[in-house]
Amino acid sequence: MSASLADEGLVIPDAPTEPGEFEHSLRSLRDSGRKLLVAYVTGGLHDEWPDVVRAVADAGADAIEIGIPFSDPVMDGPIIQEASELALHDGASPVTVLDTLRTIDAGVPLAVMTYYNLAFHMGHERFASSLYEAGVRAAILPDLPLEEVGPWARAADPAGIETVMLAAPTAPDERLPRVVARSRGFVYAVGLLGVTGERDALAASSLVIARRLKAITDKPVLVGVGVSNAQQAAEVSQVADGCVIGSALMRRVVAGEGPAGAGAFIAEVRAALDAS
Amino acid sequence: MSLSEPSASGRFGEFGGRYVPETLVPACQELEAAFRDAWADQSFRDELDALLADYAGRPSPITECHRLSEELGVRVLLKREDLNHTGSHKINNVLGQALLAKRMGKTRLVAETGAGQHGVASATAAALMGMECKVFMGEVDMERQALNVFRMKLLGAEVVPAMSGSRTLKDAVNEAMRDWVGTVENTHYCLGSVMGPHPYPWMVREFHTVIGKESREQCAKLLENEIPDVVTACVGGGSNAIGIFSGFADTTAELVGVEPAGGAAVGRGVPGVVHGMKSYLMQDEFGQVQEAHSISAGLDYPGVGPEHSHLSSIGRARYEQVTDAEVIEAFQLLSRTEGIIPALEPAHALAWVIRDRAKLAGKTVLLNMSGRGDKDVAQMMEILG
Repeated sequence: MSASLADEGLVIPDAPTEPGEFEHSLRSLRDSGRKLLVAYVTGGLHDEWPDVVRAVADAGADAIEIGIPFSDPVMDGPIIQEASELALHDGASPVTVLDTLRTIDAGVPLAVMTYYNLAFHMGHERFASSLYEAGVRAAILPDLPLEEVGPWARAADPAGIETVMLAAPTAPDERLPRVVARSRGFVYAVGLLGVTGERDALAASSLVIARRLKAITDKPVLVGVGVSNAQQAAEVSQVADGCVIGSALMRRVVAGEGPAGAGAFIAEVRAALDAS
Repeated sequence: MSLSEPSASGRFGEFGGRYVPETLVPACQELEAAFRDAWADQSFRDELDALLADYAGRPSPITECHRLSEELGVRVLLKREDLNHTGSHKINNVLGQALLAKRMGKTRLVAETGAGQHGVASATAAALMGMECKVFMGEVDMERQALNVFRMKLLGAEVVPAMSGSRTLKDAVNEAMRDWVGTVENTHYCLGSVMGPHPYPWMVREFHTVIGKESREQCAKLLENEIPDVVTACVGGGSNAIGIFSGFADTTAELVGVEPAGGAAVGRGVPGVVHGMKSYLMQDEFGQVQEAHSISAGLDYPGVGPEHSHLSSIGRARYEQVTDAEVIEAFQLLSRTEGIIPALEPAHALAWVIRDRAKLAGKTVLLNMSGRGDKDVAQMMEILG
C-alpha cells in the first residue's frame, strides 16, 4: 500500500484562484447590493419538481441547490429526510435527477447537494462530468469535510464543478481560513449546532459564524441550517451576504402546496431581503 | 503482523477515514487527541483495568466444549464474553469510552444500538458514572428486543426509536450522529463497534484488545501448540471479532469472520462511504445503502468496520456467510450439548463451524462467545414454537 493512497485524505489541492461561473454570478449580484437567496429543492420529489425549480427561480432565488436524494442523509433533519425518502420511493436516482435537470432551463445557477457516496460510487470524474453536462456548476457534499475533499476536488476542479465547503460554529479560528480557502461558489456557514430543519428563532450562532467568516473572506458567505422564514432570512443577511432556505421550502412542497406555494414562499423571502 | 495503528488520516490501507459533517470534525480531532493521551497514561489504564476486573468480571474464562467437539469432530473452545457484566463483550468498550468521556468533561452519552447489548452496556456505564444517556434504537429492533429496551430504561437511559429508513441499526446510527451534531459540546457519542469516523474504529478496537490478550495467554496454557488453528467470531460492525483477532494476528492462526448472509458487507459489498467511514458496504447500483436482513438485530447492518475490509483485502482474515436457518440450528445445538444458550450473534460463528466441520476436522477452533442468549429467547420461542 503506497503512503499516498493510504493517506489520500491528507493531500488537499489548492482551490483554483479564479472564481468559477457559479461564484462569479453570486459575487456580481452581491456586489450590486443584492442580498443573496439560495433555495434548496429535493430532486425527484413528485413529478412536478421541475416546475417547483422554475417557480422558485422566477420568484427570486439567485441560485438553486438540487438535492439528489440519498438513503442516509445524516446532516438532514426530519423534513429533508422525508422528502428524500419519498423521492427515492418514487424511483429517483442520480441518473433520473440529472437527466431531468438537463431539461429545466431555470435561468439561475444550479448546485447539487448530496452525500459523498453517490459521487464515490459513480466515480469522481464521471460524477463531476455528469453534473456539468446537466448544467450544474457547484456541489455541496456535507459529509466530505476538508480533510477528505482531496480526491473529489482533484476531479471536480478541472471539470468546472465548484465544491462549496461548510463552515461550522465548532471550527476553531485556525481552521476557518483553511475551510474558506478551499471553498468555491460560496462559503456555506452552518448557522447552528444541529441538522437541517426549521427553528422558531434565528440562532445567535448564525450571526457569530457569519461575522467570523465575513472578517476573513470576500467570497459570498451564505448562512444555512435553521433559516426558517422571511424574517429570519432578513435578520441573518444583515451580517451575511445571504442565506440558504431548504426545510422551510420543502415542508410546503411535501405538504402538497406545489410550485405555486413554493414560489409564493420564496417571493415572500425575496421581498424581505430586498426591503432589508 | 500485529494489528497496527491507522495512518494519520485514520486509514487501514485504503479503508477508514473521517467522512463526517464539518460540525463534527473538531470533536473527532479532540476525541482522537484525548484517547491518545489517555491510552498512554498508566493511571487511565489502571482505572479501566480495575473496572474491567471488579465491575465487569474480567478475565472471562475459556470453556472447552467437550460434548460439542465430539459431535462435530472439531475441538471447539469458547472465549466466554457472555459471562461479562451486562452479558456481552460490549462492556469492554463502553467502560473505556465512558471513562474517557468523563476525563474530557462530557456529561452526556449518546449511543446507537441494534440488539440492545451496546445500549444496555452504555446505559450501565452511564449509571455507574453518573452521566445522562440517550440510546437510539430502530423501531423494528425495539419490538424484537423489548426486554433490552426495558433494561435500558431501568438503568435510567432514555430510549428513542429510530423511525426512518429500515428502522434498524443503520438508522439508529444516523439518528445518534444527528443528535451528536446538535449536542457535541457536552456530549460524547459512545459508538458501539469498530466503525464510524476516525478515531472510533481504532479506539474501539483498542478497548477490545483485552479479549485477544487474555485469549492468547489462556491458549498458551491450555493448548499444546499454544495457538489455535482457527480463531472465529461473528461480524456485524466487527468489534468482538477484531478484539479476539488482535491477540492472534501475528500468529499462524487462521482468522475467520462470519457475517449473516443478509448483511454480508465484506462478502457481498463494494467499497462505499457511510457513517463516517470508507469500507465495504451493501449498496445498490447508484450507491444508495441497502437494508440488511438478518435474524440477529445485532448483525443487521449493511456496512462493516474498515479494518475488517482491510484484513480481507490483504488476505489476513477471511469472511464467511451463514443463513438464518443455520444460525437457528447452531443456537439449539450449543444449548443442548454444552448448557450454554448463545446470543444469536455468536451463533453465526458456530453455524459456520458446524457447516464446515468436515474441513475443520481435527483442528482446534477458538470461537468468541460474544454474548449470552437470554435476550433472544423470546424471539426463538416464537420461531421454534
